[in-house]
This record gives sequence, structure tokens and C-alpha cells, in this order.
Amino acid sequence: MLRDYLSRYGLIALLAAGPVLFAIHDLAVDGNLVRLGNNLVAGFSNGAIWALVALGYTLVYGIVELINFAHGEVFMIGSFVSFGLLNQLGLGLTSAPLGLVGGLLVCLLASMLVSGSLNVMIERVAYRPLRNAPKLAPLITAVGFSFILQSVGQLWLGGSQVGVPDLLRGQQQLFNVWGVHVDRADALALGLTIPLVALLSTFITQSRLGKAMRATAQDPEAARLMGINVDTTISLTFLLGGLLAGAGGLIYALYQTNVWFFQGFRAGLFAFTAAVMGGIGNIRGAVLGGFIIGIIQQLADNRVRIGGLGGGEWTSVIVFGYLILIMTLRPQGLLGEETREAG
Amino acid sequence: MSAADGMRETVRDLEKSRFFSGNFLIAVVLLVIAAILPFFFDALGSELDTMVWATAYVVFALGLNIVVGFAGLLDLGYVAFYAVGAYAIGYFASDHFNKVNGGKGIHIGASSFAADQGIHLNFILILVIAMSMAALAGLVIGLPTLRLRGDYIAIVTLAFGEIAQNVAQNGDHISISGYKLSAGQQAISPIDEPNLPIYGVFNSALNLQPYYYLGLALVVLTLLVSFALRESRIGRAWIAVREDEVAASSMGVPLVRTKMLAYGIGAAIGGAAGAFLGAYNQAINSNQFPFSFSILVLAMIILGGLGSIWGTVLGAVILAFVDRYLLDKVRDVPHDVFNLDFSTAEINFGIFGFILVLLMVARPEGLLPERRRKMELTEGVGTDESLFEARA
Repeated sequence: MLRDYLSRYGLIALLAAGPVLFAIHDLAVDGNLVRLGNNLVAGFSNGAIWALVALGYTLVYGIVELINFAHGEVFMIGSFVSFGLLNQLGLGLTSAPLGLVGGLLVCLLASMLVSGSLNVMIERVAYRPLRNAPKLAPLITAVGFSFILQSVGQLWLGGSQVGVPDLLRGQQQLFNVWGVHVDRADALALGLTIPLVALLSTFITQSRLGKAMRATAQDPEAARLMGINVDTTISLTFLLGGLLAGAGGLIYALYQTNVWFFQGFRAGLFAFTAAVMGGIGNIRGAVLGGFIIGIIQQLADNRVRIGGLGGGEWTSVIVFGYLILIMTLRPQGLLGEETREAG
Repeated sequence: MSAADGMRETVRDLEKSRFFSGNFLIAVVLLVIAAILPFFFDALGSELDTMVWATAYVVFALGLNIVVGFAGLLDLGYVAFYAVGAYAIGYFASDHFNKVNGGKGIHIGASSFAADQGIHLNFILILVIAMSMAALAGLVIGLPTLRLRGDYIAIVTLAFGEIAQNVAQNGDHISISGYKLSAGQQAISPIDEPNLPIYGVFNSALNLQPYYYLGLALVVLTLLVSFALRESRIGRAWIAVREDEVAASSMGVPLVRTKMLAYGIGAAIGGAAGAFLGAYNQAINSNQFPFSFSILVLAMIILGGLGSIWGTVLGAVILAFVDRYLLDKVRDVPHDVFNLDFSTAEINFGIFGFILVLLMVARPEGLLPERRRKMELTEGVGTDESLFEARA
């Protein structure tokens, strides 16, 4: 009884607690909600990146029930490819707007394709041979690949953060509503993520291949009997996850204006948290979870100070604290999971 | 009946008892080899250092094997118990609490080289404290995972591991009645060297052998505990829960108690190894507790063969060798052999990852798989279902 009640409403109360507290604080101190509003906008933009990465986790988990630990690193490689290509194309702060847009589109396509094929390759090399092995075996190869890719990143751009030119002049304000400003970087993050998610969703619900994916996720054996090529379908799933991670990588590079080899680790953990929070295997859940994690992260980065220490030092504790609470209250996630068990 | 007959009788009895069967001879031979091994190496060399680490890793791996291998609860945050154990020795064998007892400190059986200020307890006492603290942490971490399915347990424990590391890192900004929670990325240092009854005070500047034998003693104790637990009532309960939670529960296995015991015992062993490593490292700082540590220990038991005690030992020794020795030795190979201008120290993780992938693809069931588990896998029972899920 109490557990049902807690599971249904406790979670919402828990998620709303942060914003509400800060809203009261802002009203009391500033007399308006501008600060909170700005946090929320930035949170949504951050969350868009987590959502793109989380989709890769959720798609893969839905179909092969594997936590693809290397996914964060696939995202990192996407960032690195875009950064490398930006330099190769000679895009800089002085580039003409049209060339800039064209160049960025090339970068987007390249990073998506590289991340996508990388993900397919990883599946082929490290997961497919282990499909009938004990379940923990592919988990270890996944971790192995994530270590390998981190080293690749470290050899590529060195061990420290590398600045990316602020090509979009991301902090420049596009418009503002009652003092809450939406910047060009926010527009980039949301403007790329929303169409991509819409495309993905259409592909999965409308196309033949999408139908094959859903069938395989539900029951691979039966799908095979119905003439679906399960191996190809699984590869396709990894490809889609990788494409989205690549797009996320480009957005991250332009939005944060820096890249480094370790960015994938935290991104991976946060995005997986988002996927679990929304309900694993559930595409809408992953997007919702991504936005929620983005907002929690933004509030934790900017507003939380414990022991005189703020500026994001406690963000991991807060995000993972939320994860634990949500898992305890509602293990199936906010929108419910869509995996084999759930049918 | 002659004396020889009586002897034969006793041996036969020993052979009959499941505890000693087969394992006993292997164990004695291995132990003798392990005991004389240090005499072939330099008392301060990197080989002996690797061996000390290997003993610690074996203890960690055996502890995690109880949680993951026996009870089937996938734990990705095992590093938390390393941290708890290490901070236990950091608190109680250093000058961290420098104002207690009016600045004169508290000394109970500590090394005579210990500083005046702070709390300095005997290593064995600290071991007990570390194990109790870690067991408590294990129960706290275990509680929210009780209702969860395999992969979710993994994520929740991972989250706890990350929180533990983050708190250790930020702990220098949190003060409780005038003392910092940790020293963050600075270290709590120096840690008193152990002072054991017969041997006396250790001195890592002169000789690493005492640490090795202390580690070996911990390994032997943990092995005995592991074997005894596996054959016990609770060990059978763990295996039952691992194989089918619902069936186990309906046969009267108390799920909560069984799982919590696995978490608690596994954590206590991790805490003991953590205290040992803390003493050996002579410093406790937050960088010692990364996520990759949990993965390293997990890789050891999976490589060895999940649930298999000897496999776990083998996996831990191999990966300790790779992690502490091999990667260091091949550092200059790219430069010396291929004339490239980088050292493999930069890509240690990559090499480690590569080895993991190769080993797993070549032998996914582990090097010395447990017979029972092999049966579970090959019989085709629940082949398309996870071994680690509650079938609700």
C-alpha cells in the first residue's frame, strides 16, 4: 500500500523537490524566477546530449539485454572526429556563415558515420562471439573496449582537455522570455536532438526494419522463425545507437567548447542513468530521462554548495543519489521498461 | 589395529569430508610454493611489490566472488569497500585525529614509531574495525538492491561506488567536530606500519617480505572462509538464490537474510583487504578508488570462472601480474623496439582492455570454471534468460 503510493507519487515529489526548493529560494532572494529559468533552459540543452547517448543504451539494452559500457566512449570518439574535422576543414571564428553551416553538416555526418560504424564493429568483434556465453562475459568485453577507446582518445588528443573554437558563438542570445534567455548553443542542442529523435521514432514505428527491431527485442527466437535476420537487426540497432551518439558528440564539442578523452566515462554513466530512469528499452523514457538528468546536473553544477564546495564537485553524488532513490522506489523507471520480461 | 592402519583411517576420513577433498593437496602445494617464492626475489624489488599487491587482489577477488559468484548479485561498486577499509586504517593508524586526548593521542598496541598525536591502534584491531565498517556499508548498499533484477543491482552498486569515491574526494571540505572526513586528493599519511605480535614492527623501507606474508595469511584465511561458506547451509542458500530466486524462496530460503549476508561478508573481506593495502601504501587519498578498480576485481573473478574459488585466485594473480608488473615492464617497448616516441604507460588502460577482450572471447566461461556453473550453462536451462535475474 505505502510502497505503491511512494512508487507513484514519491518519485514525482522527489524529482520536483530540487526545482521547487530553488524556485522558493529565488522568489525569496531575487523576487523572480529568472535564475531558475536559465538553469532549466541550460538543463534542457545538456539533457538533449544525454538523451542522444541514452537512446543508444536503451536501444541496445532493449534488443540484447547488455549494458554497452563502451557506448560513452563511442560518443567521445564522435566528439573527437568532429573536432578533428573542424580543424581539417579550416573552420574558425572567421569562417563565412554559409561555409560554417556546410562544414558543420559535414562534421555531423562524419562523426555520426564514424561512431555508428565503430559501434557496429564493437558488436561484431566483442559481443557477437559471446552471445551464448555467460551473461557477464560481454559486459567485460564492453568494459575492455571502453578502456581501449579511452586510450585511443588519449593518444589522439593527449591527456588533458582540448579547447574547441566557439564557432557558433554559443553564448550569444537568440531571444529571451521575461529575462530567461535562450542562446545559440541551446538552439543547436535542441534543434538537432528533436528532429533526430523524431526520425528515430518514426523509423522504429513505421519502417519494416524498425518492425524487425521491435520483434527481435520482444523475442529473438520467434523473430528468427518469422524470417527476420536477427544478426543484421542487432547490427542495425548498434548502428542507430552509434549514429545518435556521434551526433551527441558533435553537439557536446560545440556546446561545451572542449573535448577530452575521459568525457565519455561520465557521459556514459549519466546517459545510462537517464535510460534506466526513464525505463530501459523505452525510447520516450530515455529522452525524458535525459532531460531530467540534464536539469538535475545543471542545478547541481550551479546551485549546490556543500562544505563551501560547489561548481559541480557534488554533481556525481547528487545524480547517482537520485538514481539510487529512483531504483528503490520505482525499479521499472518512470515510463516502464520495454524489454523481454515486460513482454 | 596398527598405527599405520589408524593413520590410513584418518586420511580416509579426511578424504571423505567434502571440505578437504581434492582441494587439500593442491592447497598445500600452492601454499608451499607461495611461501618460498619471495626468497627468489629482491626484498624491495618490483617483483615482491607485485606479489604483495597480488595477495591483496586475491583477497578482494575472493570477497567479490562471494557476492557475484556465489550469490549471483552483480556488484560494480566494490571499490567502496576498499575505500572504507583504507579510511578505517587512515583514521586509526595516523595523526588524522590530531587533537584527541589533549594532543597526546591514543595508542593501543601500535608501532613505537607512531606519531604522538592521533589515534594509533594495533593492526589486528584495525582489521576488525575495518571489516565491521565495511560490512555495515555492505548492508547499506545491499538494502536498496533487494528487490532489483541483475543489471539494476549492477547500476545501483556502481552508483554507490562512484558516490564513495566522490565523497572521499570532497571529504576535505566536510568537517565533523573539527576533523575532516578525508584528506581528499591530498593523502592521509603516514600510516603506521603494522606491529604484529611475534614479528614486531614492519618496515617497508627495508623489507617487503613481512607485508607479503601478512597478505598471504589473509589469503589463506579468506580461502578457508570461502570453502567453508560454500559447503555450508548459507552457501547452498546462495547458490539456490542464484539459480532461481522464486524456487529458493518457496523452499524456505529467507531471501533478505541470504542476500544481506552475501553483501555483508563480501564487503567485510573487501574492507580487510582495503586496510591491508592502506597500510602497505602508507597513504590514503581519494585517487586510489576509481571505478576501474571495481572493474579490475570483477574481471579477475570472471576471468577465473565465476563462483570458482581456485579460478578466482588464478584470475586475481594473472591480472595482478598484468596490472602491476607487465604493463610497467613493456612501457619502453614502443620506444626501444619500434622507435616510436610514446611509452605504453599512456595506454595502460588500452592494453588492459585489449587483454580483457582477448581473454573473454577466447574463453568466456573463465579459465577454471566451476563444475556446477558449467552444468547450468550447458544443460540449456534458461539459456536465453540471464543467470542473474529474479524470475518474478
